[in-house]
Parts: sequence; structure tokens; C-alpha cells
Amino acid sequence: MIPLSWYLIVAALLFVIGFYGALSRRNAIAILMSIELMLNAVNINFLAFWRYLTPEDMAGQVFAIIAITVAAAEAAVGLALVIAIYRSRDTVSVDEVDLLKG
Amino acid sequence: MTITMPSVSLMPYLPEIILLVTALLVLLVDTVWGDKRWLVWLAFLGTLVSGVAVWWLAQGPTLQLQDMLTADAYALFIDMVVLIVAAISLLLAYDWLIEHNEQQGEYVALLLFATVGMMTMGAAINVVTIFVALEILSLSLYILTGFARERLTSGEAALKYFLLGAFASAFFLYGAALLYGSSGHLDLIGIGQNLGTGGLMAGAGVALLLVGFSFKVALAPFHMWTPDVYQGAPTSVSAFMSVGAKAAGFAAFLRFFQVALAGSYAQWGPALAALAVLTMTWGNLAALRQESLKRLLAYSSIAHAGYALVGLAAGNSLGSSGLLFYLLAYAFMNLGAFGVAIMLEKPGSGDVMMSSLRGTSRQHPLLAATMAVFMFSLAGVPPLAGFFGKLYVFGAAVEANMAWLAIVGVINSALSAYYYLRVTVLMYMRDEEAGEEEVAVSKPPVLVFALVVALFFVVIVGLWPSVWMQMAQQAALIFG
Repeated sequence: MIPLSWYLIVAALLFVIGFYGALSRRNAIAILMSIELMLNAVNINFLAFWRYLTPEDMAGQVFAIIAITVAAAEAAVGLALVIAIYRSRDTVSVDEVDLLKG
Repeated sequence: MTITMPSVSLMPYLPEIILLVTALLVLLVDTVWGDKRWLVWLAFLGTLVSGVAVWWLAQGPTLQLQDMLTADAYALFIDMVVLIVAAISLLLAYDWLIEHNEQQGEYVALLLFATVGMMTMGAAINVVTIFVALEILSLSLYILTGFARERLTSGEAALKYFLLGAFASAFFLYGAALLYGSSGHLDLIGIGQNLGTGGLMAGAGVALLLVGFSFKVALAPFHMWTPDVYQGAPTSVSAFMSVGAKAAGFAAFLRFFQVALAGSYAQWGPALAALAVLTMTWGNLAALRQESLKRLLAYSSIAHAGYALVGLAAGNSLGSSGLLFYLLAYAFMNLGAFGVAIMLEKPGSGDVMMSSLRGTSRQHPLLAATMAVFMFSLAGVPPLAGFFGKLYVFGAAVEANMAWLAIVGVINSALSAYYYLRVTVLMYMRDEEAGEEEVAVSKPPVLVFALVVALFFVVIVGLWPSVWMQMAQQAALIFG
């Protein structure tokens, strides 16, 4: 059987890739995708812990399902905001959305 | 495989359910009724009924919904604070909604949804429910922030808030997963019993959760979104989230550290103390040089998050009850300060510049006096509400042998007095050339009423702090 640590390493790598993407990307959609990657990396963690540590208790599995649902709701709100920004400014680059500062 | 349905009583969730039903009613009425003014009053009624349910729950024994939600004294105290905030915020938004917006129904419903999220934050005793509550509250606030669609800054604030908030949620979730992995539990009590001394994984989990919480309550260095969001959002929304989201965030924050991590105070106490020092100092220094009133209040709210965190870092019962008292006192004074900002802002601009405060006192003496009271309270001048909030949390720090933290807090309060007084002085300044200009102020009756309520409580809480402190102590008793 594949050891637990392998899953954790994959999840950590995915999370770090998403983290890097969220910080380095300038396109709001790409940032959103990176954040989704981070959330899904966590889901791998939940499922791996559930399977290996507490298979009789469903908590970890349920949390993963809830996290997916929440991520979907988040994407809906986020994309709506990006569209609103695009309509008013013709750009989705976070560098050009810079009226507020100080 | 047979699945047995657990017996579930939704009673402990009654206040939130009432508010949820009200929000759905608002959306329904919005589609069939022509006169939108009643939507706000319907929602206001909902918060009152929900408040009655909170009072009713407080009379009986403590109810609990599995290991997910509870209606203990602590949850009910947070419910009370959040409901007061929601009710006053509805009144603050009333006139802006009627005059400048076509989507009153959505605004009111989203505000109620956010309130449900905040109340759930206080009631949650499981990482799952904390996460879901956090998201209910955040998603509603993202949309509310972008509600002034005619202003570019509003959408920008919403986008920034959303991206950083979702980013923080991912950290929170990762932390929850690591804690689950190291303890095998998701309910706070189970985590507390099984975490033990914790290893590298548990430590990383707590650190990641701390980052998530810090984003939500705006602790330095995770506060970068706050000024932009408070400045860009409609002022009534800034008022609502600056106090509501902060109270809810601290509610879950405090419960998490006191219940799940009670055994490892020695590790997280100093870390939180350091965060508190950084947050107060950063917030106050940045507030000194602000030219926009809303931005100033945003940095001031960061500083206040730092003061409140002192109560958490102290880790004793006076710290917990002091923090709860602080959240209540802060709610009234900050709602009031933002309420005055709503009155002073020019239609369409969505902001108030410091320079436009000049000469307010001559044309509107009562308004200037009201703002002065809120500013004094925020600065911590006795005998107003803000003073006792600071007294309790700094007292808790001294009691926990962290006198240095209390001293840093007092120095910071002195520093903050500079910019709060600057607002007052500008309003009372007899500047001849600037004074000729008419200071445009709108004084709709509902807004005036909301301000009077906030003012009344800032004074009352300041004059009789012991009544409120007793309630806070009762609530903090659950930490034993």
C-alpha cells in the first residue's frame, strides 16, 4: 500500500504550486485558479488522513465534500466580481486595478 | 449497510434560523412588492425576533447540536453583539439604499446572510462549522463590498477582498487538515484532548489556522486588504464589516485557542503577544498620515484588533471576558464613527476627506460633538466605553505577567490619540477661508436615530461597565 506520506507530499506540492501561482500571476482568473488548486490540495490531505487514520469516522470525508461545495460557491462569487470589473474597466489584470492605495 | 438517523434538535440554532428565514422572506417580498422601504424594516424586525430567541435560549439549559454547534453563554453573547451590529447597520444603510440603489432586496438579504455567518462563528465548536460560517460571512461581504456599482473603487475593493480572502481560506483549510491529521478529530474538544504536546504537523496546522484567522480579523502583517476594502466599500458596509466580521472572527479565534489549544498556551501565548504588538503599532503609525477618513478608520480598526488580541494573548479569564467586552464597546463606537462618515460624505464620492471636515462644528454643532464623543471613545478617554475595554484587556495582560504588553498598549493608545484628536480639531477649527464653504451634510431621520442609539450605548457602557462586564464574564465562564 502507498504510504500516507506520499499523499501528504503530493498535497503539499500542489498547495505550494497554487501558492506560487496566486502570488506571481497578474490575471485575476489565473489567481482564482491557483487558489482553487490550493483548496483541492487540502482535499487530498483530508481524504488521505481519513483513509489512513480514522476510516471508521466520516468527518474527514465530509469535510472534503463541504470544502468542494464552498470552493464552488467561492468561484461563482469570484467570477461574478471579475466580470463586473471587466465590464467597467476592460481589464482583469490586478496590476491595472489600482485606484485605491496609500 | 443501514444508516441510522441521529436525533437532531435544531433548537440551539433557532436565532440563526429566524434570521435565515427573514432573509429568504426579504428576497421573496422584494420580487412581489413595489415599495422597497419595507424590506429594511422587515429585516430589522427579523433581528429583533432573533434577539428575543437569543434571550429565550439564555434562560434555559445549554443546548448543543451534536458536536457542531452550541448555544452556550459565549455563543449567545456573540449573538447579541452581532445582532446589535446588524440592526444598527440596517438603519445606517437605510437612506443610502432608498436613494442610491435599486437592489435593496439583495443588499438586505446579503447583510442578513452575513449576520447568520457571524452568529454561527460564535456558536461553532467544530472546525467544519467554523470554516462554513467563515465562508458564509465572507462570501456575503465580498458581494456587499462591491455593491456601489456606480463607483469603480467599490468593485476594486471587492476584487481585492475576494482574492485575499479566498487565499486566506485556503490557509485556514490546510491548517484544519493538518490538525485533523495530528489529532484525528475535527471538534474542538476532541482536538484539545488528542493533540497532546503536538509535533511538527500540529504546529504547522496551528500556524496556518492562525494565518487564516489573522486575515479575517485584520492582524498585521495580514491586514493589507483592510484599508482598500474599507475605503472602497459603501460606507454602511464598511461600518458593518469593521465591527461584525471582527467580532465574529475573534469569537471563533478565542474559542479555538481556549478550547482546542488550552494545553499549549506556553507556545502560542508569546506568539500572539508579538502579533498584538506588531498590529497595534503598525495600525496606529499608518493611521497617522491618512487623508481619507474611511482609510483612517480602517487603520484604526487594525489597531483595535491589536488591542483586542492583547486579551487573547493574556490567556486568562479576565483576558477572555475583557476581549468580549472590547468587541461590544468597539461595535458601538465604530458604528457611530462610520455613521458620521455616512452623513458627511458627498453623494457619489463614497469617501470623506479630512480637509472637508473643517468648520463642521460651526454649521452642525451637534454632529461635531457626536463625532467627538466617538473619537474620544476610540482613543480610550474615560469614562467612555472604549476606555473600559482597554482597561480590561490591559489589566488582563498585567495579571498574566505581561506588563510589558500592557505598557506597549498604553503607549499605542497615546499615539492613537493624535489622529483621533486631529479629526476633532479639524471639525472645531475656526479656519476663516475654509469655513465659508458650506459643509454639505445629509441628516435623514433614520440615520440620525441610528447615531443616537450608538451614542447612547457608548455613554451607557462607559458609565455602567460592570453590567456588561458581568455578561462577558458569564460568557467566558465556559472556558473554565
